Amino acid sequence: MEKLLEVDHLTKIFTLGNIVSRVRITAVDNVSFDIKPAEIFALAGESGCGKSTTARIILGFERPTSGTIVHKGKRDQKEKTEKVWFSEGIQAIFQDPFGTFNPLRMVDRYFFETVQHFKLAETKDDAVVLIDQKLRAVGLSYEEVTCRYPSEFSGGQLQRISIARALLTDPILMIADEPVSMVDASIRMSIVNLFKKLKENFGVSVLYITHDLATAYYVSDRIAIMFRGNIVEKGPVEQVLMDPKHPYTKLLRESIPEVDPNMRWSESVTLIDTEQEEYLRKGCKFAGRCTMVMDICKSVVPEDVYVDGVLVKCHLWNDSGTQIAAPDSSMDQ
Amino acid sequence: MGNPVLRTEQLKAFYVLDIHGDQKIVKAVNEVNLEIQNNEVYGIAGESGCGKTTLLKALYGAIEPPLRLIGGKVSYFVDGEELEISSLNSEQKRQLRWEFVSYVPQGAMSVFNPVIKLKETFWDFIDSHVAGKTRQEAFDIATGQLRYLGLPIELLDAYPHQLSGGRKQRIAIALAALLSPRIIICDEPTTALDVVVQRGVVQLLKEIQGKLKNSIILVTHDMGVQANVADRIGIMYAGKIVEEASTETIFASSLHPYTRYLINSLPRFGDKATRESAPGNPPSLSDLPDGCPFHVRCPYALDICKSQMPPTIEVDSSHKVACWLIQEGDDGKAS
Amino acid sequence: MKTLKDLFRDYRFAISFCILVVLLIFASLSFFSPYDPTFWGTVPRDLEPSWTYLLGTNSKGQDIFWQATFAVRNSLIIALIAASLSRVVAVLVGMVAGYKGGFTGTVLMFISDVFLVIPLFLVIVMLAMLVREKMTLITLGLLLAIFGWAWDARIIRSQILSLREREFTQTAVLSGTGTVPLVLKEYMPFTTPLVFSTLINNMSWVIGLEITLAYLGLVNLEIPTLGTMLQWAISYQAVLLGYWWWILTPIILSILLFVALYWLSVSISEYLDPRTRIQRVGA
Repeated sequence: MEKLLEVDHLTKIFTLGNIVSRVRITAVDNVSFDIKPAEIFALAGESGCGKSTTARIILGFERPTSGTIVHKGKRDQKEKTEKVWFSEGIQAIFQDPFGTFNPLRMVDRYFFETVQHFKLAETKDDAVVLIDQKLRAVGLSYEEVTCRYPSEFSGGQLQRISIARALLTDPILMIADEPVSMVDASIRMSIVNLFKKLKENFGVSVLYITHDLATAYYVSDRIAIMFRGNIVEKGPVEQVLMDPKHPYTKLLRESIPEVDPNMRWSESVTLIDTEQEEYLRKGCKFAGRCTMVMDICKSVVPEDVYVDGVLVKCHLWNDSGTQIAAPDSSMDQ
Repeated sequence: MGNPVLRTEQLKAFYVLDIHGDQKIVKAVNEVNLEIQNNEVYGIAGESGCGKTTLLKALYGAIEPPLRLIGGKVSYFVDGEELEISSLNSEQKRQLRWEFVSYVPQGAMSVFNPVIKLKETFWDFIDSHVAGKTRQEAFDIATGQLRYLGLPIELLDAYPHQLSGGRKQRIAIALAALLSPRIIICDEPTTALDVVVQRGVVQLLKEIQGKLKNSIILVTHDMGVQANVADRIGIMYAGKIVEEASTETIFASSLHPYTRYLINSLPRFGDKATRESAPGNPPSLSDLPDGCPFHVRCPYALDICKSQMPPTIEVDSSHKVACWLIQEGDDGKAS
Repeated sequence: MKTLKDLFRDYRFAISFCILVVLLIFASLSFFSPYDPTFWGTVPRDLEPSWTYLLGTNSKGQDIFWQATFAVRNSLIIALIAASLSRVVAVLVGMVAGYKGGFTGTVLMFISDVFLVIPLFLVIVMLAMLVREKMTLITLGLLLAIFGWAWDARIIRSQILSLREREFTQTAVLSGTGTVPLVLKEYMPFTTPLVFSTLINNMSWVIGLEITLAYLGLVNLEIPTLGTMLQWAISYQAVLLGYWWWILTPIILSILLFVALYWLSVSISEYLDPRTRIQRVGA
């Protein structure tokens, strides 16, 4: 099957600080994954894990330090003068629905501009028809949206409008960067269901970037868990989230509050002080918090191994797919 | 029901706004009756724009223009005596604050002065609330508190920007609990925090409640957090509490259609079947529909729902619902 | 229009608007002046204000009322030329430096820093001394414009820098908008209030500077402006001789102008501030 997007050994290093003391943070560390047509791929992790930076690099808003991104056979070309290097086949929606649109401009301006720039319609009437069609696909209509400013809508509505705008160019890949984290918990489902609908009815793939594993489980087909710039576990979502292998995935999975008062957290969790110290760690970056840490973890970066079709980056698992250490018996579910 | 610490009766608080000559009334709290018991965690769940932050302000006695108290009352039960907030002057309120009731606002992690160390914030705080303590005594109180709650004392020497959001949130909560208040009010303490950090914050709240045996009023739209920490939950919609029951009841056998939607729309692991959230959008608090505010989105709306506000019915001693579908003494919905 | 009506609710705008309208009418009266302002001795000297000579006459034999109409007109013209020109430069420099960033941005900011740091008053004095006799209104305007753009260029640049990070910039890029239309369509609504209020501030500053230069005798003293009127009055010892009408006229007119411009700038920039605009928009 042809891959829609292939991210290969992508790395991005930020240098912070001034002339006197510089710190190099590897925000994205050798990240590789691919997205197939008509699939929802989740890139999950807590804040500061590098998932948003990865999205920005894919969209062309940042330049990678090394690594390549291949889309439909086209590599990203650094000499291009345009900001985005791909065709209109990729669109994006962002986290803050109220920030996505200029508060001082009417929302439908963006629709008309998209139509105009990508030459999607010949006359204004044709444009209105097209815009209305896309709005209806997300549960709204042209009349409801026209001549209105972003402040007149709710967060959930704005996200839908944002999705409708992204659909105008009939993209094959949508990059959704935390699309529901700023939307009320009760409305999240409606937005996330939209992604499902896009995949099933229109064959659109979605790169779903999130820290919410519950919705990631609900909507995606495959998932990659990121921690401080590395992908630590990657595979089909059922396996990764229902039977996590990497200790960090397990920690994340356990920390999600179960929507069932009978399944409360029993164990306590330790928190770290600053993210920077974990970024700069030699060896496995999770070694400071891992309950199953071994000596080797503190000095050697783990290799990527495949276990039952799932990629894991952890010293606990070796090449033949078996676990070295005994499973963590204190894990509560 | 035993031992109340706070009670509201028919509480009504509206914002009266004047935008360039036009008056707009936002009915943020629209006849709310609550009774918070001692030694419990009471969760208030609802979407943004339902009035929950305003309700908290009213419970804290922080009603200032453009917010106005239109009707009803809020009373604290201090040392066995019932004190109505509106009868207190600002000096009396100031004394009650932090010692009887404390408040952790939304985004509390930004509440620290960025240019002074945390310990100075604690000093300022103790200075203004606990009379006659020297710096050293104040410092001891602060470190004692942190130790009690299992937070490292070195944090006091840090500046706010050196700490992560989760850390700051937990310190804000520790600050709120410093003088062992009877009531701690938290507004969305876990929003904007990562899942693991969120767990740490909730843990802290539970520890505080367990040690002080006081009452915590927790507002959040995250039902997962509510499930993990609340004893009773009040579901708020468009300025009213539409259902109130124990956490188990709310999750297993709630009656109000809105609550049902809230619970059913939450994704659960192991189940990828399609879930739906409530259709439509919550109403604007300045432009409420007639009758029950939920009727516009309710798939079971009856004619009476469109014109009259449903009364609150006690289904049993701990379960209250405001819905025309529920008749007195019923257990299920009329369909 | 609705905008004007809204603006008039603010007493500052209302008062300053009226003052400015009055001053503009006053200035336009200069076109009907029966006397050429550069001629001396057209009327009897040193007369107190009367019905014939509304503001009296000065020691050069000129009618102060008609002089003042020219003075206000010319001062406003200089201010407008200088302020507008420097706005244009500030906006161009600020926007390019902000959006492009990188090397271009650093170079532009360095240039503007140079203009901020050099003792502009001394330079203006030097240049004025060189040009003095050939100084026209326009030359003076240009001279003052050179020094008015640097501060605001920096302010506009920082605003653009922060707007560039906002998510709607990304939305616009994904909608296929090119760089120039993006900056103009997306950022202008935010920059306009800034530009407008700095325009008016700049005008005040220019008028003040002109008065100072005139007081030092560095401009063409034959052209009547608020500054030159003041300069003549002082050099003819109007205060000591008790010719209060001669010295008070430019002073009071200047004060009125400054207050009006200030209030206008403050009320308009509050009105145009994106934060309050968002509240008004669509409500």
